[in-house]
Amino acid sequence: MPDIDVRINGIRYQDHVEPRLLLVHYLRDRLGLTGTNVGCDTSNCGACTVLVDGTGAKSCTMLAVQADGTEITTIQGLAGGEGAGAPEDWHPLQKAFNAEHGLQCGYCTPGMIMSSVDLLQRNPDPTEDEIRHGLEGNLCRCTGYQNIVKAVQAAAGELRAAGAPGAVVGGQS
Amino acid sequence: MIPAAFDYVRPASVAEAVAALGEHGDEAKLLAGGHSLLPLMKLRLASPGVVVDLGRIPDLRGVRDDGDVLAIGAMTTHQAVVADPLVREHVPLLAHTTAMVGDPQVRNRGTLGGALAHGDAAGDLPAVAQVLEAEMVLEGPSGRRTVAAADFFVDYLTTAVGEDEVLVEVRVPKYGAGWGYRYEKFNRVAQAWAIVGVAAMVRRENGTVAEARVGLTNMGTVPYRARATEGALAGAPADATTLATAAEAADQGTDPPSDLNAQADYRRHLARVLTRRALEAASGA
Ligand SMILES: Cc1cc2nc3c(=O)[nH]c(=O)nc-3n(C[C@H](O)[C@H](O)[C@H](O)COP(=O)(O)OP(=O)(O)OC[C@H]3O[C@@H](n4cnc5c(N)ncnc54)[C@H](O)[C@@H]3O)c2cc1C
Ligand code: FES
Ligand code: FES
Repeated sequence: MPDIDVRINGIRYQDHVEPRLLLVHYLRDRLGLTGTNVGCDTSNCGACTVLVDGTGAKSCTMLAVQADGTEITTIQGLAGGEGAGAPEDWHPLQKAFNAEHGLQCGYCTPGMIMSSVDLLQRNPDPTEDEIRHGLEGNLCRCTGYQNIVKAVQAAAGELRAAGAPGAVVGGQS
Repeated sequence: MIPAAFDYVRPASVAEAVAALGEHGDEAKLLAGGHSLLPLMKLRLASPGVVVDLGRIPDLRGVRDDGDVLAIGAMTTHQAVVADPLVREHVPLLAHTTAMVGDPQVRNRGTLGGALAHGDAAGDLPAVAQVLEAEMVLEGPSGRRTVAAADFFVDYLTTAVGEDEVLVEVRVPKYGAGWGYRYEKFNRVAQAWAIVGVAAMVRRENGTVAEARVGLTNMGTVPYRARATEGALAGAPADATTLATAAEAADQGTDPPSDLNAQADYRRHLARVLTRRALEAASGA
């Protein structure tokens, strides 16, 4: 079995993995990082989105071995501290999804937020249209997207006011 | 869904990748961005015994200015193509179309080389390679050879890439400011794949069409050029009526499929309408 050496939410893991192990299963089943969801399992819904070297990737469409040498951020690493952290420590996108009711059942939310991080890193001041297109890889069955767009707009404003580019980790391609 | 078990190798050079292909024969499959291959493996529609990951071969990534041509590494991601200043300046049709491929996550991982080597009839980039008259550079045990786009797409999911070859580079001529361009894509919102797509490039001179090129996505097992439309436009006036008449011939010589998204005759209709729109946009008419 090949070895992988990967940094996930700031912690380094050196592991043996079967080549066919999907990244999402490594995260959920091996590391217990169940904040990252599997929705469709067919590369369409984006519920499984994590950041790989700073850019959004569907972790159901990536092998764990492909992540060797990379830096990964999941929804559980976004707030910085241990676990989810206290509400005041949340990332501005997490706060905004809460405040703007950007979720109903919440199943799509981890992926929505990680894709939104990627979007705001590339484009700190997106128009409504750019937000909708930027989240094309994430499907939501509940909200009708309206409040998701509002949440991203609110967080974008918050991040711009704070002077932060919204970056979590580097490595933008 | 979990792929069938396989062995994994990650060569550090193209030569090592070619050697791995030679060693494992038809058991082996190259892995690029994995956004066509891994879904097929998860569905067990593909079960390679050995996966050869091209992900750590630095030479295969990036865009190089090579005189009259841009040389784009096969492993350059869709996102890197969209953002590349050389591509945007010299081959804007490629940046414009690649921005419509899939969604942001797909573009972050999927590669230009993978999209061409996979040869999916519904993929957007094969038709674009046709109208750009790109050349594919293949490396095998006996060295490199170059295949023109016109000869590259052989059949459904079948390209000129041999079992022991790696697509290393896509060479695209630079197009000057005289060329207009457009990709018209018709798809369902929640499914990025084109039901039909049309790539058009038009070079105008003094109000006439000096040259028009039209490529068709998902109108058969391979990406076609709409030769009858192109021929009708050479030297013709670049006005809306002429373009619309020429577009009526866009589906000639095609063989569109019927599937759950569209019947063949509807695809023919789409090809004509989208060709007219793409030509109008590309010629500024
Ligand atoms: C949800 C979703 C939506 C998509 N929407 C679109 C869309 O709208 N339009 C579109 O055009 N595409 C779309 N795609 C496909 C996407 O563009 C893929 O990335 C692309 O088709 C394959 O590129 P890849 O790098 O992922 O290749 P892989 O999946 O890794 O490989 C594909 C095939 O090509 C072979 N191959 C790869 N690289 C090479 C090489 N260098 N030399 C020789 N053989 C090679 C592999 O062996 C394999 O058989 C979509 C994919 C997904 C998952
Ligand atoms: S679970 Fe990965 S895209 Fe739906
Ligand atoms: S909140 Fe239920 S799927 Fe989006």
